[in-house]
Amino acid sequence: METPGQGAGPGVDRDEVLRRAEIDASCRTPVMAFFASGVFWLLVGSALALLASWKMHSPEFLADWAWLTFGRVRPAHLSVVAYGWASMAGIGALLWLEARLCRVRLPWPGLLLAGCALWNVAVAGGTVEILAGRGTSVEWLEFPPFWAVLLGVVFLLITVVSMMMFAARRVAHIYVSQWYLFGAVLWFPFLYVMANVLIHGELARGVTQAATNWWFAHNVLGLWLTPIGLAAVYYLLPKILGVPIYSYHLSLLGFWTLALFYNWAGTHHLIGGPLPAWLVTVGVVGSVMMLIPVGTVALNHHMTTRGHFWRLKESPTLRFTVFGAMAYTAVSVQGSLTALRSVNEVVHFTHYTVAHAHLGVYAFYSMVIWAVMYYAVPRLTGREWPSARLIGVHFWCAAVGMAVYWVGLTWAGVHQGLQMNNPEVGFLEVVRYTVPYLWSRSLAGVLMTAGHLVFAYHLLKLASPSARWIRGPALFGRRRLQEVAP
Amino acid sequence: MSRAPLLYVGILLTIIASSLGLVLLPEQQLRGLDPVVGDDGVARPVEPGGAVAEGRELYRALGCMYCHSQQVRPEGFGADVDRGWGERRTVPRDHIFDRPPLLGTMRTGPDLANIGARQPSEGWHYLHLYEPTLTSPGSTLPPFRFLFEEREQVLGHPPDALELPARPDGPARVIVPGPQARALVAYLKSLDHSYPVPEVP
Repeated sequence: METPGQGAGPGVDRDEVLRRAEIDASCRTPVMAFFASGVFWLLVGSALALLASWKMHSPEFLADWAWLTFGRVRPAHLSVVAYGWASMAGIGALLWLEARLCRVRLPWPGLLLAGCALWNVAVAGGTVEILAGRGTSVEWLEFPPFWAVLLGVVFLLITVVSMMMFAARRVAHIYVSQWYLFGAVLWFPFLYVMANVLIHGELARGVTQAATNWWFAHNVLGLWLTPIGLAAVYYLLPKILGVPIYSYHLSLLGFWTLALFYNWAGTHHLIGGPLPAWLVTVGVVGSVMMLIPVGTVALNHHMTTRGHFWRLKESPTLRFTVFGAMAYTAVSVQGSLTALRSVNEVVHFTHYTVAHAHLGVYAFYSMVIWAVMYYAVPRLTGREWPSARLIGVHFWCAAVGMAVYWVGLTWAGVHQGLQMNNPEVGFLEVVRYTVPYLWSRSLAGVLMTAGHLVFAYHLLKLASPSARWIRGPALFGRRRLQEVAP
Repeated sequence: MSRAPLLYVGILLTIIASSLGLVLLPEQQLRGLDPVVGDDGVARPVEPGGAVAEGRELYRALGCMYCHSQQVRPEGFGADVDRGWGERRTVPRDHIFDRPPLLGTMRTGPDLANIGARQPSEGWHYLHLYEPTLTSPGSTLPPFRFLFEEREQVLGHPPDALELPARPDGPARVIVPGPQARALVAYLKSLDHSYPVPEVP
């Protein structure tokens, strides 16, 4: 049984509060810079997503500009949301969580700020290159090598800063969130550098490049975004509920089995493809074994939250966290099932996979990152969120949008796969069948984007001078004291 | 847990193990693959060069692989062979010259591993790229008009002009493929994995 940072919760002494405020103050500029950059790229990524989605059912839309052709907008969308939104917001969350959990001030704020700027330059440059036709067509590694080198350098800076904080930590015990954060900062630079060198340096050739590609791409989710997301859930649940994590042993089992199995799951993207059978089988086994860490973590989170679910009604952070944690279980179980050959035979190459990917990066990861932002931003800036209603609108746009997105594309994908496996059905008939569902995806995308715009507007509102006078946290269904400017 | 070294070593060992298993081991296993010499004395697959290589670059630059796969799954797994997408499954040897291999993960459009054998007509490819619904009603392939050139019709019908349906009131103009369209079609026509390989009896 443990809680993040000893002595958390009610009855915290005054020194502790002051120390925590000091740590938050040291994080303020770099972490807010990463958060704000992330939100900017979220809006760019949403625009690219809507464009790609619209083009899919209405191919004449903006068809005469080569740089806006579907095959460029789609990888631009992926790169912007993966490296702009998810990674930048994730790095912000990671740095703040590490400082809090190690109970040390964030070192090198100036260098981190420079790293943040460089990262923005790399994402912008890489994305322009994709739209100009210089994307690599290696999924998740579409940025040309030059921009990948810049990202790699900043990744290493994050790793060094993390290790410095860890070495200087003032708590002997290492909390579960820290295991995941250390996993993320050690695994990801290794993966990113290795994959780029192996593929662009052509040390891996032929279909081995494809194996390298999916070893990397699946681990972006498994060993970068997932550990950050889980670290955040493990931190936020006990913080908000004021109760310790249910079981230390389940935490331990969940972490090490994830470390052991997720690594090997990637080649399930190549089932049926021209690769040695053993290589694909390893991927299937790794994916199915993921049921162990996922089940363990789900049980641990559920038992921690049990008896407190009523608080979803009032706490915005908790609502986003629990939605994300449940989506993690759902997407992971779905992933293990999808890796089974019999299921994969049908749904591989279809829109089902696209829905699955969004369930992971959006319904799990993005929701948890928003939870971190709703919790951390007031502590970092000393300002409260101006409106509980806007948080509610953001939540429901994201949740309903995601549900429409997933249901439509999953249904379409399963049928698309069954029809494609029936040679009696003409290919164009399969295409025509999916079109109404592609419209449902555009509709979902509009809803999700509306949520992002509300969130970005709310963040701007928090930054505006008028928000200085708001006191007391924004909670659902509660009136709060709003001080009037003197 | 309070043992940091255990954490560091464990985290690094897991990733090193998977990089050895999923990357270096297959590279070792597959590095010796060579083209096979057929009955006609030609070694296949052929390394792409000239217009084919240019077309491949364009296929990459336009992101064709985000909707089209280039892999035929084995018989009895899916219906790739029954659909006529290939006579045999594709094997690692088919991709030894591919940098990077464009296997793809989506079939929003059909598989293209053997499109050169399935659709050998250049004229069909040009029409299809210029206005996809002319050859394939209901297709969601975007039109690639920007790869073509519009010219005023001067002396009769140029031999490479597209056979578009006549527009009664339009000016006398013809559409001819530009250099990029030519390269792309050269590449598409080169996609043919129907040669025999020892891996598939």
